[in-house]
Parts: sequence; C-alpha cells; structure tokens
Amino acid sequence: MENQFALLDEYIDDLPEKKGALIATLHKAQEIFGYLPVEVQDYVAEKLEIPASKVYGVVTFYSFFTMRKKGKFRINVCMGTACFVKGAQDIWDEFKTQLAIKPGGVTEDGLFSVDALRCIGACGLAPVATVNGKYYGRLVKGDVKKIIEEYKGGELV
Amino acid sequence: MNKINSVAELNEFKRNALAGDSKYVSGECEKTVIYVGMATCGIAAGAEAVFDALNDEISKQGNEDIVVVPTGCVGMCYAEPFVEIKKPGEPPVFVSGANAATAREIVNKSSGDLPKKDYGKQVRIALRNCGVIDPTKISDYIAVGGYEALVKTLTELGREGVIDEIKKSGLRGRGGAGFPTGLKWEFGYKTENAKQYIICNADEGDPGAFMDRSILEGDPHSVLEAMAIAGFAIGADEGIFYIRAEYPLAVKRLYTATAQAEELGLLGENIMGTGFNFNISISLGAGAFVCGEETALLNSLEGKRGEPRLRPPFPAQKGLWQQPTINNNVETYANIPAIITRGADWFKSVGTEKCPGTKVFALAGKINKVGLVEVPMGTSLREIIYEMGGGLPNDKAFKALQTGGPSGGCIPAQHIDMGVDYETLGSIGSMMGSGGMIVMDEDDCMVNIAKFYLDFTMEESCGKCTPCRIGNTRLYEILSRITTGKGSEADIDQLKELAQVIKNTSLCGLGNSAPNPVLATINFFPDEYKAHVNEKKCPSGVCKDLLRFFISEKCIGCGICAKTCPVNCISGDAKAQHVIDYEKCIKCGECFSKCPPKIKAINKE
Repeated sequence: MENQFALLDEYIDDLPEKKGALIATLHKAQEIFGYLPVEVQDYVAEKLEIPASKVYGVVTFYSFFTMRKKGKFRINVCMGTACFVKGAQDIWDEFKTQLAIKPGGVTEDGLFSVDALRCIGACGLAPVATVNGKYYGRLVKGDVKKIIEEYKGGELV
Repeated sequence: MNKINSVAELNEFKRNALAGDSKYVSGECEKTVIYVGMATCGIAAGAEAVFDALNDEISKQGNEDIVVVPTGCVGMCYAEPFVEIKKPGEPPVFVSGANAATAREIVNKSSGDLPKKDYGKQVRIALRNCGVIDPTKISDYIAVGGYEALVKTLTELGREGVIDEIKKSGLRGRGGAGFPTGLKWEFGYKTENAKQYIICNADEGDPGAFMDRSILEGDPHSVLEAMAIAGFAIGADEGIFYIRAEYPLAVKRLYTATAQAEELGLLGENIMGTGFNFNISISLGAGAFVCGEETALLNSLEGKRGEPRLRPPFPAQKGLWQQPTINNNVETYANIPAIITRGADWFKSVGTEKCPGTKVFALAGKINKVGLVEVPMGTSLREIIYEMGGGLPNDKAFKALQTGGPSGGCIPAQHIDMGVDYETLGSIGSMMGSGGMIVMDEDDCMVNIAKFYLDFTMEESCGKCTPCRIGNTRLYEILSRITTGKGSEADIDQLKELAQVIKNTSLCGLGNSAPNPVLATINFFPDEYKAHVNEKKCPSGVCKDLLRFFISEKCIGCGICAKTCPVNCISGDAKAQHVIDYEKCIKCGECFSKCPPKIKAINKE
C-alpha cells in the first residue's frame, strides 16, 4: 500500500495545477488502488487541499468511481438501448445467476465482479459485455457460462 | 519531425506526404490498398487479427505492390471486421466479417468476385475522412487537405470573416437542440475578456449514439483543427476536450493526434508563423450522463460534481472558471473545416433551408445494417431505415423509432415518411439529440421501453432539482406498477400530469426532457397502456408478470421442453401433450425458445 501511495504522490506532485485536478487525480488513484476507499479519499483531499467531504461528493457522484473493491476480472454488461432491445437484460441476469452475486458485488474467491455499464458505443455487436476491457459481442444466454469458464482458472488471457 | 513554420512549409509537407507514405489517400496509388476498419467496433469483432494476418501474408509473399492501412470506421458496423480493397483503376470492393483465414485469401482475390463499396444516398461531410485515412498519421490528414481551413482562417478570412462564413452556412449544433453555431461564436467574439475558453463536448452519453466516438477514432485532427479555428474566431488561446472515459480508444487517438499537431507546430505558440497561439488539453469524464449538459460539464471540468448551473449568466459570458466559454460538440466541429474550405454556399446546397448540411445517425436495435449513416437533413425515415439500414431482421414489422435517446420520444410507423430535421422531430414530441436511432419491432413493448428510459434518467438525474430527482422516480414506480399488472387507468393520467410538471420545473435539459419517452409512448401507443392496466396483458409478450406460457395440442411429446425447464415444471408422457405447472413456472421462456420451430406447440399470451 505504501508503494501505491508513493505512486499517487508522484502523480500529484507532477501536476502543473492543483486547481480543478480532482477528477483526474481520482482517475489515477483508482488506476493505482483499483478502488477508492475512504483512506485514499482522505489522502487525496489533504494533498489537493480540499475538504474530504467534497472528494466524497465527487466519488459518489460519478459512476466510474467505486468505493468497493472489484474482482480480478471485472465484467461489464452494456445496458445501453441498442443492447437492451437485443436482449441485454437476459445476459445481465444470467451473469448474476451464474456467479451468484449482486450488481457491484464480488464473488467469494475474489475473481469476478459484475457491473452494468451505460452504452460503450459498440452497438453493432449488441448485446455486448467486456471482461477487463476485452469485448464479447453478439451474446446469447449460453455464452455467459463459456465466458466465465474462460477465466475460472484465474489466469489473465 | 521539423516544425511547420509557414503556410509554404505546410504545402510542401502536403506534397511530400502525397508523394510518399500517404499516397493512398489520393486515390491514385499505383499499388493495391487494403483498408482495415480499426475503430472500437472493428477491434471488438477481431480486426486486429485480420490486420496482422494481412501483413503476415504480404510479407510472406514478398509482395511490395500492396499496402495495408488501418483506418477508422466506415460506418458499416454490421459488417465488421470490415476490409476494403482498392486496386488501381478499379472501384473499391469490400469483404465483410473477415477473419485471419479469409484475410490470407483476400490478398490474392480479384475485385470482380467481391461486392462494390457503395454509400448510396449518403453524403459524407462530418465523416469525410473516416475509413479514408489512417487516423494515427497526421501526414494522412494533411494529405487530404487537413489544416488548410486553419490556414485560410488565419491568413484570408480573419476573425469576422470566419464567423460570417459559419453564420452564412447555417450550421447548427449537432449535439442536441440545434443552436446556430455562428451565432454562438459571435457571442464569444463580442465578449471582451483577456481569457476565453473553447470546449469540445465529447461526452457522448446517449445510449445507442456513437458517431462522436467514430469521428474521434477515425479523424481526430479535423476536430482539433476546428477547435483552433473557433479559438481564433472568438479570441481564445486554450481549448479543452471533455471526453467520456468509456471511450478508451478515442482518448488514445486524441492524445496521439494532439501530440503530433504540437510537434509540427500546428498547435502551440505562433502557429505557422501567424502569431496565433492555441493549446489543447484533454479532460476525462467519469461516467455521468448529465455532464453532456454544458453547464454540468463546466462544473465537472472544474473537478466538481456535475450539477448544472443556473442560467443566466450563460457560458458565453461566464463559463469555465467564470471566464467566457464557447462549447460545441464533436460532430459540429467536424463540419467546420469542410465549410471553411468549400464555402458556406456549398454547405447550404445540402440539406434543407432551415437545417443545411447533413446529420450522422447511429442506427441500432432491430435493424439489419447496424451502423452510422450520414444523410442530408430532411431525408425521410423510410429511406434511412429501409434503404440505408436494410430494413428489419426476420421481416418483422416496424413499430417505432426512438430518436434523441432518453431525452427524445418514439416515432411510430405512421410518421415514417417524415423528413428528419430539428423542427420535424420536435413537432412530434421527439428531438434530434445526438442522432441515435433505435429501431423497434413488433416484439418490443412500448411501456417497457418507457420504463427502461426512466430507469436511466432516474439513475442519471444529478439530484439538484426536486421534480427531476423525485418526479422521475415516481414515474418509474408507476411504470413498474403497470408492467407488473398492478396498474390502473388512473395511473396513466397521473403519468401525464407528473410528466408535465417535471418538464416545466426542472433546471436543465435532462429534467426538461426526461419524461419525453413516457409522454410519446402514451400519445402514440395508448392501446398498449390500456391493455396493461385493463386486461393485465402485454400485447408484445415482454412484461414477464403479465405473461403466460401454454402448450397447445400441437405438442408431440418430444420432451425437449421438460428437459430444458430449469424448475422442472413441465410434465407429460412420452409422445403425449405436455402441461405446465403454473405454480412453479418462473416464466423464463426457455421452453418457448427450445420448442422445435416446425412444431411450435408452446405459445405465450
């Protein structure tokens, strides 16, 4: 963790201007820590000289920021309109059933987390899901199990 | 690379590019050019493997008469991975759904065996370079005439001249409401202030709209050039990109393009020796739909929660950090260099009198040719859906089209011959928005669609105004009641009344337009609402709580359904009609989808 704070320090100290840099800093912090727990928020607040309440306000406002740890494999199911009319709801439900977790939750082994995402603009491949940024398009319910199997070994593919 | 210090040096750079590495953009290349669409859609479908296989095969053959060019998106998402082949002296042909194996064959194929690439009635202005140039090479952009509009602005037109030209062209903001761009720039020009900002709104949040992503991935320099032109016109030396974090590739291409333009001195200090300074920085959004609203965007850029501000003062007077700020969206900017180079009169010759030019639409949903089309304003919906979009899959009947995303309304079949522009869409309770078009067929339930959009706006409401924060939640609850069979006729009246209040009393565009999908669906599909509340039935068979599956006498007792049922609620003897135990049935629809199509014994009502 100390190492991670050092990385964050490096980023903040290199900022040309602290004014208005909160969102960019939080992006960086989430990249480093994987999520934004209260300690990280407090730290950012102190470094940027803004109230911790403001930082918390921003973190909770934007859906990109999360205060909960995510799985090693982050599954995002696109729930944009194009995906929705092509059956994204079924895909979304199937992921939750197969992994037995709630949206935003993490499986017990820490491998998977599932979130719904607003449109990722790959409407030509609807319905779409991504796993750590890798795209899976034109999904049918049966594909869900296969995708999970692909990552079950815990190795990044 | 050396800096370009004068107009003469830009011209020389262009000549060299056309004679060298970027020769293929001229269409007069003596080599065969193979273009691979490498935007998000293409890459997701496997374009990288195709690109590698092509290069592999060519180097294996030692063939020096073929060049492979990675380009942006040609807009034919349904055909991804998309490969275009242009042989000297022959019309361009294409291969759809390419993979590594077919890529190897492509190299040896003769054009005669492949379909010709044809944009049909499309007119490509904003998308003019998408699929034509390699977006990661500034020399390609300069070779097709890039940065010449900036030269013309700096050396010929001057500040008033460029504003006049844009005003004369009649260009209107492509991001939503259609405010005249020239007029907006004039506000900026007339504001006397030492510091002013130019912003590009690339927070394309409408689900189902992806034209801005496509432009940024396929032709990023055209937007940068337009921002510099806008900066010169209003007297700003700083431009800021506000782009969604959900578009990683577009962000990457933008960083590349900005760095290249800076390296060549086309952005930065004393651009091409004219004394004009302009720098562009990039800011990432963090996933909030409301930040597409320009004052919310300003707050977000300042590192705050993206809540809209009261107007007046308007951003043109007091915007970012309380300084005058002019904001346009990606597609609007993409039109600017073309207008400056080819003139306002040319631009006005396309489209309608009140809405000159073109609009890019993102066709998605129940349509065969999902993708982007750029058409003159005033083109009819029928042409867009049936000619360019190839109609609906499985010959299903067209039911409705949603434009303007969650802020728009649905357009039913009776308006399909309407020509599309800002006014016509507004007149029937929808809006242009950013240009997403979601096609829906007979299997889509309009009440459920309205509920889907309300779910979206309810989550995305920033919470500042009570009518939007609480009102939309109430609308959603009423719609949930209706779709689960607990609604009454009074609910429909309540929806209408509450929707009006939210529209009238919310501060920003999100709240003003959030109830539109509800009002439009009630207006055009009243019978569907009535069926839900009176007969407790969903005519499209979507709302699960109102559904009932039953097995008809056509059943041959094959037992497939019984085996598929996850809760074992289907029983019956072999070769005899099966029955469903409704106590146990969870209405998952597995039996319905697995019953062999030639038997079709399971129905829903």
